Amino acid sequence: MSGYLTGVLVTLSFNVIAAYAVYLPMAAGQLNLGIAGFMAIGAYLGAFLTNELSWPIWAAVPVSAGLAGTVGLLIGLPVLRTHGIYLAMATFALGQVISATFLNLEVVGGAAGYPVAAYAPPAVVFAAAAGVFLFMVLLSTTRFALYLTAVKSDATVADLLGISVRGIQVAAFTLGAVVAGFGGALYGHHYSFIEAQHFNVMLSVFPVLYVLFGGTQTVLGPLVGALFFTLAPEWLRASAEWRYALFAMFIILFMAARPQGLVTTSMFRLLGRRKAQAPA
Amino acid sequence: MSAALSITSLSKAFAGVRAIDDLSFEVPEGKAVALIGPNGAGKTTVFNLVSGVYPVDQGVILVKGVDVTNMPSRKRISTGVARSFQNIRLMAHLSVLENLLVGQHVRNASLWSLLTPYRLAPNHRWKREALKALAESGLDGYAYDTVGALPYGVRKRIDLVRATLAGASVLMLDEPAAGLNPTETNALREDLRALKSRGLTLLVVEHDMQFVESVCENVVVLNFGQKIAEGPLSVVRQDRLVREAYLGAEEET
Repeated sequence: MSGYLTGVLVTLSFNVIAAYAVYLPMAAGQLNLGIAGFMAIGAYLGAFLTNELSWPIWAAVPVSAGLAGTVGLLIGLPVLRTHGIYLAMATFALGQVISATFLNLEVVGGAAGYPVAAYAPPAVVFAAAAGVFLFMVLLSTTRFALYLTAVKSDATVADLLGISVRGIQVAAFTLGAVVAGFGGALYGHHYSFIEAQHFNVMLSVFPVLYVLFGGTQTVLGPLVGALFFTLAPEWLRASAEWRYALFAMFIILFMAARPQGLVTTSMFRLLGRRKAQAPA
Repeated sequence: MSAALSITSLSKAFAGVRAIDDLSFEVPEGKAVALIGPNGAGKTTVFNLVSGVYPVDQGVILVKGVDVTNMPSRKRISTGVARSFQNIRLMAHLSVLENLLVGQHVRNASLWSLLTPYRLAPNHRWKREALKALAESGLDGYAYDTVGALPYGVRKRIDLVRATLAGASVLMLDEPAAGLNPTETNALREDLRALKSRGLTLLVVEHDMQFVESVCENVVVLNFGQKIAEGPLSVVRQDRLVREAYLGAEEET
């Protein structure tokens, strides 16, 4: 595998993980604009555990993901009392606060950044992204996933049917934070260096775009979105500096024409029916 | 005869306006009662108070003897009380079957069953139960259709199936016959009669008096949040207050 291809695939893997971190709360109708903050928690704690405490990567990464989830849970409980634009603002501010905290935390290098000694090779990153994807597919076959859509679709009715709307929302937000922390911890160990400036607004916003583009209705949406956003700019490379302008124009046109995203449930039902109607 | 739903001295005000004013009535077990009255009389507000969408100002609501007055709305389904909405509130992006699986939640609420990959077991018992309930209403052909794409009358009947799968024993229906064509109205009437024969108690808000007469034993007439009459429709019809407030116009045409 060429270095270029490996590089693109590694980027793709991190983008896929980030997309699923955003997808979980979004499937329940919540926009988390602070996903970079949870990635930063995972990245810094993971690096700290392997650097200072000599933990192996395989232990440091899940523990970091768990801590990012715990922070997500503690913050999600009060923050999820807000809705819509207020929730977006609150999570946005949260991401900034976390990133600014690490910028000033001297024990992990502060503004100078934090080198990470232990190394996770590309194969580990690929396997991790595949693992997150499979986990999401498995999760999508549970009633939990069904309730995410139910809560998003009509919270009042879900509540009257006995579903704990808040419980489902907090769980989705927390699980999203776990996935973000997992991706962040792995990121640090692959690129061998982290700095707080990396975990900025753009890192929070791009995964939201992946999910919106791919669509929130099915578990495949975030994967398709991340694939497109990672690979399309590479294909457009021939047009040099104009590629981002072309790309942005395409996104605007696409979202105007298909606001529900690329992959939808009715698409699958249509395919299913064709299969059922085909002669045996 | 014991009351499945008992409302005593219920009051609710919005910004000083008394939407429900000292209202008391009962729905006997296994019977159907219609809540009628002009627009704005407070019929849907009663539903919102009983289901817990609004908090109660004063009064007591008992469902099968259980005081639900201050119970969180989410817990009330476990007492057996369920409701429909005037504008059907099914989850539009989900399939019919998925809507029913959500409806079964209260009877299938453990964390374990929440996280079981049920889709990998193609013939699990909850799915079988939902398909059977659909088949009983003649709706099994729609099981895998997206709800948002279905005709209005079909969606109304699916809403009903979802409520029964939630284990409802006291069912509140907000204008079930509104917007239905005669064939759909007949199908709905048969559905409701079948529910009653299974022992369900119904509280129905409905403007179609023929429909009310064919389904409900009793009516409660509301006007400005107060009860102005109660009894069989044939008797209530003769009431002067009721004719002035609500039925009069209809009688003249």
